[in-house]
Amino acid sequence: MHELYMELFNKLGIPEIFGEITWPIIPFVCVAALLIIVVLFLVLMERKVLAWLTIRKGPNRVGPFGFFQTIADAIKLLIKEDIMSKDTNKILFTLAPMIVFAPIMVIYGLMPFTEKFVAINLAAGLFLVFALSSLTTVGIVLAGWASNNKYSLLGGMRSAAQAISYEIPLIISVLSIAVISETLNLSDIVDAQSGGISYNILLNWNIFSWNIWPAFIGFIVFFICSIAEVNRIPFDLPEAESELVSGYNTEYSGMKFALFFLAEYSALFIISVLMVTLFMGGYLSPFNGYLSNILFQNIIHNQIILNIFVHFEQAFWLLAKTYFVILIIMWIRATLPRLRADQLMTFSWKFLLPLSLLNLTIVAIVKYLLNTGNI
Amino acid sequence: MVLENTIQKEMIINVGPQHPSTHGVLRLIMTLEGEVIKDTKPVIGYLHRGKEKLAESRTYFQYLPMVDRVDYLSSFFCAAAYCYAVESIAGLKVPKRAEYIRLITMEFNRISSHLLWVASFLLDLGATSPLFYAFREREEIVNLFEQLTGQRMMYNFYTFGGVKQDFPEGWLTKALDLCKKMPKMFDEYEAIITKNPIFIERTKNIGVLTPELGIDYGITGANIRASGVNLDLRKPCSYSVYDEINFNVHLAENGDSYDRYLVRIAEMRESVKIIEHAIKQIPGGTPEKLKMKKVNCNCGNENCGYCGFDSQLTGKKANMVVFKPPAGEAISMVEAPRGIISCYVISDGTTKPYRVKWRTPSFSSVQVLPELIKNRNYSDLMPIFGSLDVVLPEVDR
Repeated sequence: MHELYMELFNKLGIPEIFGEITWPIIPFVCVAALLIIVVLFLVLMERKVLAWLTIRKGPNRVGPFGFFQTIADAIKLLIKEDIMSKDTNKILFTLAPMIVFAPIMVIYGLMPFTEKFVAINLAAGLFLVFALSSLTTVGIVLAGWASNNKYSLLGGMRSAAQAISYEIPLIISVLSIAVISETLNLSDIVDAQSGGISYNILLNWNIFSWNIWPAFIGFIVFFICSIAEVNRIPFDLPEAESELVSGYNTEYSGMKFALFFLAEYSALFIISVLMVTLFMGGYLSPFNGYLSNILFQNIIHNQIILNIFVHFEQAFWLLAKTYFVILIIMWIRATLPRLRADQLMTFSWKFLLPLSLLNLTIVAIVKYLLNTGNI
Repeated sequence: MVLENTIQKEMIINVGPQHPSTHGVLRLIMTLEGEVIKDTKPVIGYLHRGKEKLAESRTYFQYLPMVDRVDYLSSFFCAAAYCYAVESIAGLKVPKRAEYIRLITMEFNRISSHLLWVASFLLDLGATSPLFYAFREREEIVNLFEQLTGQRMMYNFYTFGGVKQDFPEGWLTKALDLCKKMPKMFDEYEAIITKNPIFIERTKNIGVLTPELGIDYGITGANIRASGVNLDLRKPCSYSVYDEINFNVHLAENGDSYDRYLVRIAEMRESVKIIEHAIKQIPGGTPEKLKMKKVNCNCGNENCGYCGFDSQLTGKKANMVVFKPPAGEAISMVEAPRGIISCYVISDGTTKPYRVKWRTPSFSSVQVLPELIKNRNYSDLMPIFGSLDVVLPEVDR
């Protein structure tokens, strides 16, 4: 890809140095664009899905099927006055939404959306993802503290308590994935899930070698914890609307609030992508090989064009699985009431943590037996 | 010494008057230690409209539309309480058919009020869907009311000695259809709420109202029945025509938030049965049939089933301008959705009441709140306060 890009500069007669400078920026521009598109669509999707689940119509005035509703909302938020009350800590108050938003944006760069579409391919990508995702809590606590509002403070404190207790089972359940695939690189984790369990027909489908089967308990734990991680019902205590008005973002308005909003939905998307990457084969198709390979190999003989088709298909599979996971999370939101703070802690420490340890033990034993060839 | 002054263990927090889940405008001054509620002081009066004082400068009929606003979610009950009080001072007899119409409308109103309670209670707990499900059913009841009275709230339908209008044609059939549909709808709520583990965990053994405490504070209605006290005025007093109808009073044992929920759901189911029973028994039958028979009957007999007293809508028509009950006083008690609502009227023989006093059930429920949430987590405020079914306009009048 790099050569192709440089060739473009050569053909246009622009000095190559510009190409060298702009080359590293491209992935981040792509990631930022992806994030905005994803969030715009996700907000609309959430509103539509919730409307269907609660016998309503949902947004249907702005554009076809209310498609431009979120854009209208975004414009509204952008042109709103940015209100800051008198006794807030102005620096921290401004900094907090950025601290919440920035790490999530970096995580977007770490995710393998297709085989090649990875902005930063790190050997310890999985590790960095969790290191960054726990940073957002700092921003939330900061927002709660800097707002000089008692509800916000309570929301921030709850968020800290929640993050501490839910990150542990989350990471332990992810450890089992590292054990299975023997790597921390996200692309390699996806690759390790291909191939099926045998060479027979049907059994060589990728779906049978997804990590979800050996680490099913881990998947359940990860799913629950990731809902808690993105502060959604039934774990939306930091912003419990009926108790804490709006929790940590009560005092925020305008673009600062929009950043929180953006962070919330982009976190929801990226945690679902992570779930799909770790447990459900990421961008791999559930079948044996890619459909576009099978369908087009006799029609298109140019390998590069075929490759582009394959990439689109990989993105399609990733998005399909991700939106399926998001749909379930939204479904849960429409069904369940909110937990109480102490019940949340009890649930995490007394139920999820032992479960995740059990999962790790099972996975480790199975892996050991497989490696020694006893199975 | 300086440290001791600056580091306070307790935090005073103002919940309301503008807060998403105070059901109107209640203000709670709370002392929190961490998230544990140490002390609560309810402050009421933000919705005070002077309903009692207003009565003294208006004639009896002028005050009639105002009583609907005492509790806007159970307008029919407030109107009934006022009407019964004035009727007993003035010695007006209410025809049976009017009483049946009152009963049917009141029971429908009870269901719609409870439905709104289910919606707001679950919304307080963080579940959003039940709100819309409950409003779907409430809409149908409100539509029925609209056909009957012309209003969706504040019906102004009862008058002294009866009701203002008969059912419109086809109303009873629609009501019966709705009654057939409603138990299935209640099953839907039960499916999503009653056995929901999170809901059970949040409401079981939370906000336990012991019978003694409830009686001390004067709690009535479903709240006290959930504590196991058999207090339902419809049974012993049978103020309307409740003695002609078979129904059960539903009780629970523990008196926690979950039991209050169960009692209310059971009461809704019972109300449906009461309505079905009442529609079967209503003197004169459907309005179409009654109109036909009345034309053909013309017997002039007082006890005739079609043109006698009991099939009338109002007994003696009172003149709106010169309606003067004799001097005297009366108190009426009606089993409203939130508890016993009582209206005390003193008449001095003029066209205006000398004094009207309302005793409303939500007032007691707000009063008992600090006792129930003491030393509990702040998150328990909503399951407890929501389950008490408080409507703030009713507290302040």
